[in-house]
Amino acid sequence: MTIVGLTGDEAVAYAVKQSRVDLVAAYPITPQTIMVERFSKYVADGEVHAGYVCVESEHSALSACIGASLTGARVFTATASQGLALMHEMLYIASGLRCPIVMGVANRALSAPINIHGDHSDMMGSRDSGWIQIYAENAQESYDWTLLAFKVAEDKDIQLPVSVNLDGFIISHCMEGVDVLEDEAVDRFLQTRKPLFTIDPGEAVTVGALCFTDYYFEFKRQQVEALRSARGVLDRVCREYRGVSGRNYDVLEAFGMEDAEAAIICLGSTAGTAREVARKLRAQGEKVGVVKLWLYRPFPTEEVSAVLRKVKAIAVFDRAISFGAPYSALCSDVASALHTVKESPKIFNVIYGLGGRDIKPSDIELVFSEALETAKTGVVKEKTMFLGVRE
Amino acid sequence: MTSNEKAGWRALPFGGVVLEAGSSLKYKTGDWRAFRPLVDKEKCVNCLLCWIYCPDSSIVRREKWVEVNYDYCKGCGICAHECPKEAIRMVEEQK
Repeated sequence: MTIVGLTGDEAVAYAVKQSRVDLVAAYPITPQTIMVERFSKYVADGEVHAGYVCVESEHSALSACIGASLTGARVFTATASQGLALMHEMLYIASGLRCPIVMGVANRALSAPINIHGDHSDMMGSRDSGWIQIYAENAQESYDWTLLAFKVAEDKDIQLPVSVNLDGFIISHCMEGVDVLEDEAVDRFLQTRKPLFTIDPGEAVTVGALCFTDYYFEFKRQQVEALRSARGVLDRVCREYRGVSGRNYDVLEAFGMEDAEAAIICLGSTAGTAREVARKLRAQGEKVGVVKLWLYRPFPTEEVSAVLRKVKAIAVFDRAISFGAPYSALCSDVASALHTVKESPKIFNVIYGLGGRDIKPSDIELVFSEALETAKTGVVKEKTMFLGVRE
Repeated sequence: MTSNEKAGWRALPFGGVVLEAGSSLKYKTGDWRAFRPLVDKEKCVNCLLCWIYCPDSSIVRREKWVEVNYDYCKGCGICAHECPKEAIRMVEEQK
């Protein structure tokens, strides 16, 4: 076991280094910059033998990754916020052309007004882009999921891009002790990519051809299936990783859910705070639980339904707003997952932490007391609660 | 071709990859056409202005007049517009 002090960004860069990527396309944006900056140091110091392309925008970064990925290379890039928004067009092309790119996203708010701090607006705005989407809770998970991401992305039945999301600043810039694997262990876990097609004039193929009314729909249907299959592949890859690292990963992590009457479900670093509060409340005899979702796309509908169906009230935490929607993104998905359950739990949506607003244990306690009240009365007082906003 | 004769999503190559090089030659684009140019051989003086102007190289040269390659002609009507002898007229396709 080797414990290294790393920030979330550095942990991702370290995992990318150990993944022996062939190419990184880099364009800096806070709070992601350190991922590609640290990797550029590895390149400059001769620690890795990878192509490092400095591009002129995020749109170009992902474009370069798509081209490189189609040659059969293992590629990585990173972005956040406006950068992800600028990539939007290419996100769909990466998934449509079935490029197993891995991208680190240090989640950050979207302008306007200008804000550089953490929330999930960026990736939530791209949630329908056909990417596999994973949310890490801390630097350790950011490291582990980056390694897992390459293995899932490159599986022969999947061939889809993966975004590894880590909360801007809270994870990206905070240093933690990260248990890293030996290079040899990573090599055993993650072999050289075996692409289905490569650039070879002897066996020429066309990618990105025009597809009209007669074929386009079929290719979208293929993507649906690939994303569905990612669920099973993820299971297998997580099992394999457990053997290598001793760490357990899955689609979600449940705390106190065996007897919980009120639960919080959330993504990312907030889960740590929520668990801490839940631990304290449970010690006082309150039946509360926390579900942290690691895998957001494909949405693990059955597992979410199974873990939540027995509670009486659920507070679904969204660190982004779907303007004008009945619920924000995660809450819509949770509600969909539970809508066939008889006497399904009462749900309310908690919008929190926008633009990096701190989420404190006292905030979580407030939500738990709300959820416990709802569990008791069966009445949802407020369908959407804006936690920590000034009236 | 009806949709029943085309491959379903399971059978199609992965991700829209076209496995055969140069297969675009097999893709006939003439069915995009709403109007069909008809050449009057009597009026045609074989000046080849239509051949020069055709954006899709669909005018075929014959010894004394021109013909149209309807596999690729998209019916833009430029040939009819440019013809100094009004030897080409555009007729609505009947399908």
